[in-house]
Amino acid sequence: MVTVIDYGVGNLFSLASSLRAIGEEAVVTGDADKVRSAGRLILPGVGAFGDAAEKLRRGGLYEALLDAAGRGVPLLGICLGMQLLFDESFEYGRHRGLGLIPGAVRAMEPVDKSLKIPHMGWNALHITQPCPILKNTREGEHMYFVHSYYADTAPENIFATAEYGMEVPAVVGRGSVFGAQFHPEKSGERGLAILRAFCAMEGRT
Amino acid sequence: MITKRIIPCLDVRDGRVVKGVNFEGLSDVSSPVELGKFYSDNGADELVFYDITASAEGRALFTDILRRVAETIFIPLTVGGGINTVDDFDRVLKCGADKVSVNSGAIRDPELITAAARKYGDQCVVLSADIKRVDGRFTLFARGGRDDTGLDAIEWIKKGVERGAGEIVVNSIDTDGVKGGFDLELLEAVCSAVHVPVIASGGAGCIGDFIELFKKLPAVDAGLAASIFHFGEVEIPVLKRELAGAGINVREV
Repeated sequence: MVTVIDYGVGNLFSLASSLRAIGEEAVVTGDADKVRSAGRLILPGVGAFGDAAEKLRRGGLYEALLDAAGRGVPLLGICLGMQLLFDESFEYGRHRGLGLIPGAVRAMEPVDKSLKIPHMGWNALHITQPCPILKNTREGEHMYFVHSYYADTAPENIFATAEYGMEVPAVVGRGSVFGAQFHPEKSGERGLAILRAFCAMEGRT
Repeated sequence: MITKRIIPCLDVRDGRVVKGVNFEGLSDVSSPVELGKFYSDNGADELVFYDITASAEGRALFTDILRRVAETIFIPLTVGGGINTVDDFDRVLKCGADKVSVNSGAIRDPELITAAARKYGDQCVVLSADIKRVDGRFTLFARGGRDDTGLDAIEWIKKGVERGAGEIVVNSIDTDGVKGGFDLELLEAVCSAVHVPVIASGGAGCIGDFIELFKKLPAVDAGLAASIFHFGEVEIPVLKRELAGAGINVREV
């Protein structure tokens, strides 16, 4: 069973369907107590960082997430949900994140002006370190990305990158906390394989 | 590096895919749900769904079909047709669409682009433009290519991007259905005017047309087609192999 955190940011239709497709029961909730007692958590998100961080704080979900992650409950952030795992973001101002992975979220500013922003489309993963959520993934598999900001973090927190005028951190993590900059729920069978690997991680409560 | 995208387009009326579909191995070739899943499993990088139903009753049916398609595919889904208000965006996004395509609705009220981009982000708003040469000028048409708006198409697209459109679908009326290749002259004009992803539509007849498109215009991000895929004249896995063989970066199937 996976608990998907619903904090009013983006729609969770695709994520819920993809979890159903891999035979995983998904509980979609915005209830802090349910988040606190979850065995496995997914933090989705599209939109702007500041607004999302504010909504997380408002519902008491911020503390619940920190609490669960602190106890070693596997947590997967997707896209903006991944960016929220970091200390801070510079998207339209300066905003504090969850601080579960050290680093900051910054705007992508490619030197090569032919590169369009957002970084949108299918890009190949370059695996830099082994990692539990990539156990079903091979080097060079394509995932679907849509984002304009990236996670600026130390190599030790990065498990895979994608090349787009820079090495964009694509899979990040620390302890039992993981993040995917791309959308596994929109990345075909290869994306589902990542969700499957995450759901196979041993949960703790 | 990001790959070039191949996008089949399904035109749906009264819950069925229209424009001939001729597939073996599908029990119901006109079911958008089966066809969508077929493409998703066979190398399509994205799907476009157009609602060409006029009545409100048809709209409810479309929404239901859309939800069932979105549940079965795990690639990005763009939905268009009859999008006139931000509420229409809301309606299709809640059914699992990732991006929403506007055309005549944005011509009637360009503010729609601005409002939708502000609410859902630029990446969610796709501006689809039907364009035809009139007296040698690229001219914008509305209502499925029926009405000449008199507007300069390139200027219209530039303004759309300024308003927040995150992607452009360029439908060339001149090359549509001719199967003589994409409208490279028009596409080049669009690519040099804006810096957002550009999807080429209209004119693809064979694999060579896609190779020519991406070789001659590296700034084009995707190629869209309908009947050549529906009729199996071009099979996406074969197309991708040949694109890769020609040195074009595509997602492996």
